[in-house]
Amino acid sequence: MVTALDVDALLDDPRTAIVVCCGSGGVGKTTTSAALALRAAERGRRAVVLTIDPAKRLAQALGLEALGNEPGRVPGAGAHDGELHAMMLDMRRTFDEMVQTHTTPDRAATILANPFYQTISTSFSGTQEYMAMEKLGQLAATGSWDLIVVDTPPSRSALDFLDAPQRMSTFLDGRMIRLLSSPARAGGRGLRKIVGAGFTLFARAVSTILGGQLLADASAFVQAFDTMFGGFRERATATYSLLRSPGTAFVVVASPEPDALREAAYFVDRLSAERMPLAGLVLNRTHPVLAPLSATRARAAADSVRGAPLAAAVLRLHADRCDLADREERLLSRFTGAHPGVPVTRVPVVAADVTDLDGLRGIGRECAAALEHGAALTSAEGV
Amino acid sequence: MIGSGWPAELSAARLHIVTGKGGTGKTTVAGALALALAGGGRRTLLVEVEGRQGIAQLFDTPPLPYEERKIAVAPGGGEVRALAVDVEAALLEYFELFYRLGVAGRTLRRMGAIEFATTLAPGLRDVLLTGKVKECANRRDRDGRPVYDAVVLDAPPTGRVVSFLDVTKAMADLARSGPIHNQAAGVVAVLHSELAAVHVVTLLEDLPVSETVETIDELAAAGLRPGAVIVNRVRPQWLPDRSVAAAANGRVDAGRIRSGLAAAGLDLAPEVIDGLVTETVEHAVRVHAEAEALARLQHGTDRPRLELPQLMEGVDLGSLYDLAALLVEAGARVEAPSRAAS
Repeated sequence: MVTALDVDALLDDPRTAIVVCCGSGGVGKTTTSAALALRAAERGRRAVVLTIDPAKRLAQALGLEALGNEPGRVPGAGAHDGELHAMMLDMRRTFDEMVQTHTTPDRAATILANPFYQTISTSFSGTQEYMAMEKLGQLAATGSWDLIVVDTPPSRSALDFLDAPQRMSTFLDGRMIRLLSSPARAGGRGLRKIVGAGFTLFARAVSTILGGQLLADASAFVQAFDTMFGGFRERATATYSLLRSPGTAFVVVASPEPDALREAAYFVDRLSAERMPLAGLVLNRTHPVLAPLSATRARAAADSVRGAPLAAAVLRLHADRCDLADREERLLSRFTGAHPGVPVTRVPVVAADVTDLDGLRGIGRECAAALEHGAALTSAEGV
Repeated sequence: MIGSGWPAELSAARLHIVTGKGGTGKTTVAGALALALAGGGRRTLLVEVEGRQGIAQLFDTPPLPYEERKIAVAPGGGEVRALAVDVEAALLEYFELFYRLGVAGRTLRRMGAIEFATTLAPGLRDVLLTGKVKECANRRDRDGRPVYDAVVLDAPPTGRVVSFLDVTKAMADLARSGPIHNQAAGVVAVLHSELAAVHVVTLLEDLPVSETVETIDELAAAGLRPGAVIVNRVRPQWLPDRSVAAAANGRVDAGRIRSGLAAAGLDLAPEVIDGLVTETVEHAVRVHAEAEALARLQHGTDRPRLELPQLMEGVDLGSLYDLAALLVEAGARVEAPSRAAS
C-alpha cells in the first residue's frame, strides 16, 4: 500500500518555507518545481521558483527570457493574494556577485580577472550546485517570500547537489594548492612526514603535467580568495543548515524507470542519513490505465474482431498500456517496499510539452490529486 | 528492424563511442552493441568513464573494479569484457609509471590530492579517460593482433560529449610537453581517424532529437566522425495512419469503436468506452509527436538510422541479447577474423 503525498497540505502549511525538488536528470524536475510554485501562488502564497535550466518554452511561459539574475513576477499567475515570481539561475553572475560582496573592489577585480577563476566559475563540476545553494540562501535572507521552490541542477546523480558545496569548499580552502605550489613550506611538518618525499615528487609531477602557469594562476586565485573564504564557508554552512531546518521539504522527482527510481532511492537514504526533511516522491510521467479491462481480454478481443480495424487497434493499444502501467507499478512497489512510509503522488504523462501556465496548472492539479485517487485504477483487473 | 541500417564503412571502426541525451538508454545501447560486435568469435571491451557502475547494473554483476573483466559471452564463441575507468586511479597509474611515487600515491589519494589535481584542470580528466580508452583500443598481443576487435565506450551525454572527445582543446590546460601531453596527442590522432565513430542514441521526442541533431553537427565541426543514430524504445503504432491525425485532434469516432467492440462480442460499460477513447487520443497524440520528431531527425541529419524496440518488461540480461541480435540483423559488425577456433 502506497501512502499518498498530500501536496496541498504541504504547500498550504505556513511553516513550509522552502521546497527543494531533486532527482536525476531528465525526470521533469524543472516543470514540477514550476507547477508546485504556481499552485502555491494560486492558493494564496507569495511564492518564488528558482529554476536552473528550463526548456525554452517553459521559460517563455514563466516570462523568464527578459529577466536577469533576480526574480520577476509572472503575469497572470496567482490568486487569493498569492503571487508567483520566477528566476533562472545565472551561475557566472551569481559567482561574480558573491565575490564582489565578500571582498574589496580591488581584490574582487583581481579575482575576476584571474584565468583560473574563469575555469572555476564556468566549468568546475560543482559550481552550478554551489551557486544554486548560494542563490537559495540569498532569497531566503530577504524574508520577502512565503515559499521558495528550488529546482536542482541537472547532474547525473541527484546526490551531487548535496555534495557539491563541500567539494567546492575543500577545493577552495587553499590547503591543496599551497601544498602543490610550495610543498616545502606549506602543509606542516606532520603531513610532510607522512607523505615524505613522495609528495615533493607528486607536486613536481603535477606541475609537469599541468604546466607552471596554471598552478601559478590557481595559486594567485586561492591567495586572493583566502580573505573572503571565511565568509564563503560561513554562507555554505548557513545554507546547509537551512536545508536541515523544519521549514524545508525535499520533494524527490523520478520517472517510472529503473535508473531514475534507483537514484531516488539513494537520495531518500541520503536525506534520512543527513536528517533532512523528506516530503515525498513525485512519480512523474506515469501511464495509468483508464479503462478497467485486462490486457489478456483486450488482446483476445482484438484477435477476434473482424472488419473493425479501429476497434482492434484500440484494444491493442489498451493492452500495451496495461502492460506499461503494470511495469510502472512494479517499479514503484520495489521502491516503496524498500522505503515504506515515503508518501507518493503520481503525475500522468502529458502528451505535449508544457508551453503555458495552464499546462503547469494541470500538472499541479495532478500532483495534488494523489489523495482523491488513492490507489485508484492502478491495476487493470476487473471486467 | 526498420531504419537504414549499418553502413559498411562503420565496420572498419574499432572504437565505437556511444552518446545520447540523459535518459535515452545509451548505456543499454552501448552494452547491446558490445555484445553484437563480439558475435561470431570476436572479443570486445565495453568501457564506462563516469563512475556510475552502469555496466555492472546492466549485466547484473557486482561493481566493476578498475580492471578489464569478462562479463558476458557472445553468440558464436565471442566475449565481452568490461572496464570502469576510474580517473584518479588512471592518474596514479601515470604517476607510478613515470615518477615512481611508491606508497605515497595511496596516501595522496586519501588526502584528496589526486582528486584535487584532476579538478584543477578539467581537461586533464578527459585526457586521462580518453587516453585509457585509446590505449585499450590500440593494445596488441604478442602476435601483433589487437587484443580487442572493438572497444565500445559508454561516453558522457550529448551535452558534454564533444568537449570530452575534443582533446585538442583540453590539451590547452596541460603542459606543452611530458608524458600526458604525448598521450593526448595520440588520442587526438585516433579519435579523429576512420578508426573511431560516435553513435548517438535518441528517443522520438522533441528534446532528444534536437540534441541529437545539434551533437552530430558539433561532432562534424570538431572533426570527429558521427556514426549511426540509434532510435531507442520505439513503440508499436496500432492505429491506422489516417486515424492518427484525426484522433490526435480529439476526433475519435466513439460510435465506431463501440460498434466494433460489440461486434467482437464485448459489451462494455460506457465508462470503459470513455476510458478507451481517452487512451486512444493519448496514443494518437504521442504517435503524431513521434512522427514529427522522426521527420525532424531525417531532415536534420543524413546519418544512418537504426531502431530498437521498447522492451515492456524492462531491460534484463536476456533482453540485452535480443537487442544485440537486432543490431546484428541491422548489419552491426566489425571487420576481424573470428577467435573462436584458437
